[in-house]
Amino acid sequence: MSKAREVLINPIFNDNPIALQILGICSALAITSSLNVTLIMCFALTAVVSLSNLFVSLIRNHIPTNIRIIVQMTIISSLVILVDELLKAYDYETSRTLSVFVGLIITNCIVMGRAEAFAMQNTPLLSFLDGLGNGLGYSVILLIVAFFRELLGAGTLFGYEIMVLVQNGGWYQGNNFMLLPASSFFVIGLLIWALRSWKTDQIEEPQFNLIQNSLEAENRKI
Amino acid sequence: MRNNDTVFKTIFVAITLCLICSAIISSAAVGLRDLQEANQKIDKQSKVLASARLLDKSKSIEELFLSIQEKIIDLDTGEFIDLIDMDSFNESSLARDDTTSIFLTPSEDIALIKRRENYQKIYLHYSNETLKSIILPVRGYGLWGTLYGYLAVKPDLQTIIGLEFFQHKETPGLGGEVDNPRWKALWRNKKIYGDTGEVLISVVKGAVNSSSALSDYQVDGLSGATITSKGVSNLLTFWLGELGYLPFIKRFKKDTLITEKIDV
Repeated sequence: MSKAREVLINPIFNDNPIALQILGICSALAITSSLNVTLIMCFALTAVVSLSNLFVSLIRNHIPTNIRIIVQMTIISSLVILVDELLKAYDYETSRTLSVFVGLIITNCIVMGRAEAFAMQNTPLLSFLDGLGNGLGYSVILLIVAFFRELLGAGTLFGYEIMVLVQNGGWYQGNNFMLLPASSFFVIGLLIWALRSWKTDQIEEPQFNLIQNSLEAENRKI
Repeated sequence: MRNNDTVFKTIFVAITLCLICSAIISSAAVGLRDLQEANQKIDKQSKVLASARLLDKSKSIEELFLSIQEKIIDLDTGEFIDLIDMDSFNESSLARDDTTSIFLTPSEDIALIKRRENYQKIYLHYSNETLKSIILPVRGYGLWGTLYGYLAVKPDLQTIIGLEFFQHKETPGLGGEVDNPRWKALWRNKKIYGDTGEVLISVVKGAVNSSSALSDYQVDGLSGATITSKGVSNLLTFWLGELGYLPFIKRFKKDTLITEKIDV
């Protein structure tokens, strides 16, 4: 596999920013109750992370080490503001639903993480592809989470009625918990479980091993 | 490799980067401002039309809005006034200014809006030269934030046509169901004031008992969103009361001439 292909494809399942690195969870919790909004958020984040990687990489040989984080943040925030302005101008409805979460892309750990960990050491093209790959990895997880939350919570997909809710004269009693942000923890947790059962090399070594039942040891002493 | 860590280079990189980024952002902000403002305006207009159930897919919002006349009223006296420029009218900046708003004491402030502006822009919908509906902006606190909306009433100022929120932060699927068309449809033909003039319209917990004498004044609560439902009740009680549109409503009822088309 060529290097370019690798940086683009790997983050989707093998090195997923959300499922393996557990980054960017905040927005995965907040905006995944409807697929439409999630999709726009995924586009916004993918655009920001790939472009910020590109620009950081372009000037990586000129960034003074002691202000590198600030330089990265400046580039990222400018891109985010740009995305926000564009959304307000061309997709007003969605920009209102997303409200502060577009701005919060600035603090999304994935964007910052890729800029610092990858773009500072690699060529612009590779960095761009790496950003794109990580954006896609983020999007895959978010869309799966949003799929389950919207379907089980509101009985709809992309706003189209799939399971008619009781309050709309149908048969499906919506699971209101799925509409609350905390439900994403469960969906993401199950996803990570599924992913690690499939790709067993992602299972981490336990950091602590429980010792043998201490009571048994005590008994033996006596 | 060259040394990037000199003081000169550090300052140079920082300043150049800031200049470039700010140039890009300000040109985007200026270049897109017209589009954004147009979006905001159309969005607000469409909600005004939606509350009075005037939306029609075959016509544009601008075209439909031609049947709407905007009027500024003085909330304390209930009179129409021409003092304020219509386009620049902004209720939230009025409500922030001490000279154009009043502070609400906790007992008065049932809608939890803290300050109430002295002027409000209302919308009158005419069809064939006769007044069909009056659209009143309302707002109040729900669970997570303030709900902003429009209440459309018939010219008798007693019968509701519709209630539409254009901005809120309620939980999607729970309090966010204030946007559910089925729930919004429940408002149609509900009555506002009881025989003695008190505001009776409210959102009840659970479903309305249709045999109750008050069922004309009640709307089903949103399941799982008691606080939002309560918030909607409270904001209507506030805005239809003495500190809200009641002075205007009293004056309007007395002055039947006003139902004729007002020359602008």
